[in-house]
Amino acid sequence: MFKLYLTALKGLSVKETNRYLRIWIQTLVPPVITTSLYFIIFGNLIGKRIGEMDGFSYMEFIVPGLIMMSVITSSYSNVSSSFFSQKFQKNIEELLVAPVPTHIIIWGFVIGGIGRSVLVGILVTIISLFFVPLQVHSWSMVILTFLMTAILFSLAGLLNGIFAKSFDDVSIVPTFILQPLTYLGGVFFAISMLPPFWQVISQFNPIVYMISGFRFGILGVIDVPILFSILISITFIVVLYVINWYLIEKGRGLRS
Amino acid sequence: MTYALEIKDLKKVYAGGVEALRGIDLKVEEGDFYALLGPNGAGKSTTIGIVTSLVNKTSGKVNVFGYDMDTQLMQAKLQIGLVPQEFNFSPFETVQQIVVNQAGYYGVSRKEALKRSEKYLKQSDLWEKRNVQAQMLSGGMKRRLMISRALMHEPRLLILDEPTAGVDIELRREMWTFLKELNENGTTIILTTHYLEEAEMLCRNIGIIQKGQLIEDTSMKSLLAKLQYETIILDIEPSGRTPVIKGYTSELMDDGSLSVEVARDQGINEVFNQLTEQGIKVLSMRNKSNRLEELFLKLTEETA
Repeated sequence: MFKLYLTALKGLSVKETNRYLRIWIQTLVPPVITTSLYFIIFGNLIGKRIGEMDGFSYMEFIVPGLIMMSVITSSYSNVSSSFFSQKFQKNIEELLVAPVPTHIIIWGFVIGGIGRSVLVGILVTIISLFFVPLQVHSWSMVILTFLMTAILFSLAGLLNGIFAKSFDDVSIVPTFILQPLTYLGGVFFAISMLPPFWQVISQFNPIVYMISGFRFGILGVIDVPILFSILISITFIVVLYVINWYLIEKGRGLRS
Repeated sequence: MTYALEIKDLKKVYAGGVEALRGIDLKVEEGDFYALLGPNGAGKSTTIGIVTSLVNKTSGKVNVFGYDMDTQLMQAKLQIGLVPQEFNFSPFETVQQIVVNQAGYYGVSRKEALKRSEKYLKQSDLWEKRNVQAQMLSGGMKRRLMISRALMHEPRLLILDEPTAGVDIELRREMWTFLKELNENGTTIILTTHYLEEAEMLCRNIGIIQKGQLIEDTSMKSLLAKLQYETIILDIEPSGRTPVIKGYTSELMDDGSLSVEVARDQGINEVFNQLTEQGIKVLSMRNKSNRLEELFLKLTEETA
């Protein structure tokens, strides 16, 4: 059965990859345009007036945050919209009738989310090279935080897709929860700049840990201890994975 | 004996409290061509939904070729191919992508799946359309695509839920030939349909579900033998008179059509004799409805 599951995982991953590549104008181009505007407006125009942050130019400082922001948005929306569309069009039934275990279903969608994030991340990084030279403090930390973030938000998107009953439900979470958390998670500023009260509140924002970890990988500066950042991400991944597994196994929103 | 499908005391109560299945027992032998009939809302789709893992059962047992769906779910799923009632493929994927992806979910390698896609898409006359997005296909083509998709992992049990709904007569007959061949080559087929002529033409055995219970489970021959009366329609030359046929129940539907109920042991010669004596000319004759349809209505009315 292991070979069968592996083939099924490969099939689902290819299907998911084909999906976001087929609609590349919707999936790959918008984050590139948005982050380019951020680079130009915040980094280049306003950033010059802000001066240095944590010992780096403002443009250098926001690059890791903007890459992470595009990774979070891409992984989340890829999985939530793909899963919900398949539910809406009923072609999720292709998976439900087949001998595909829940673990394979979850990983198939997550691999789709990771794939799109990697492509978007690379494109945004290429755009950033027009403004600042590439620097990497720790490749292992860059790869680790990148992957953990993509997995975590793919799982969060999957959870959204499972509960969603309409296309509105798929867009509510990114607009009203994810976007504010991302903006407040340290993309454009160091958490240490916030007043003490808001620093405490920020500790409950998981995105803070991901941006902090990734920024450490790129620049070598941190807002929160690196080990703590990794542990928080792993905890979120495990919790989201278990919840998704339980809901799909029980057929929440999938089987009557 | 190992059955292709064995259902024991299957019950389903939906969240709203609707009791869809009230303890179904059903056995379908390997190699059979079995029709599952019933009025809308009788429980056919729920039964099929449970067998294909699209509906959670409330209680009962389902075995597919001896594999218990509670403990050997993956092995059981491998045996089944489903052609659902509604189109449920991605409209944006191409015909070939749809069938190849589906084969992958059953562990068929991409290389093998591409080979099989040629075989099954050619068989269903869709090979020329392999690179076309599914949304561009006609209704009949979409139905054929779903059959091809269900065959890609070469299942031992093929379940078709209203496969010819909305399909024109010519295509329907082509599909019947195809399904017959498939069954002759060893695939067990379970079919639900509203076209009772289809069930009579194709199936050896039949089950009738009514209000969540199996009210008939027998061979097509013995079921049709239960039909005591057949209603025939005689198109007669208008004469302005009402014909009287002694020993038969008859009714003049309009000036040119006479409906006559004929018992199995009566024969129709006497009808013609009496009409000839009355100087009434019979222009043509036909069945009021399909034999199975007549029986089906009688059975479902009795239990309603």
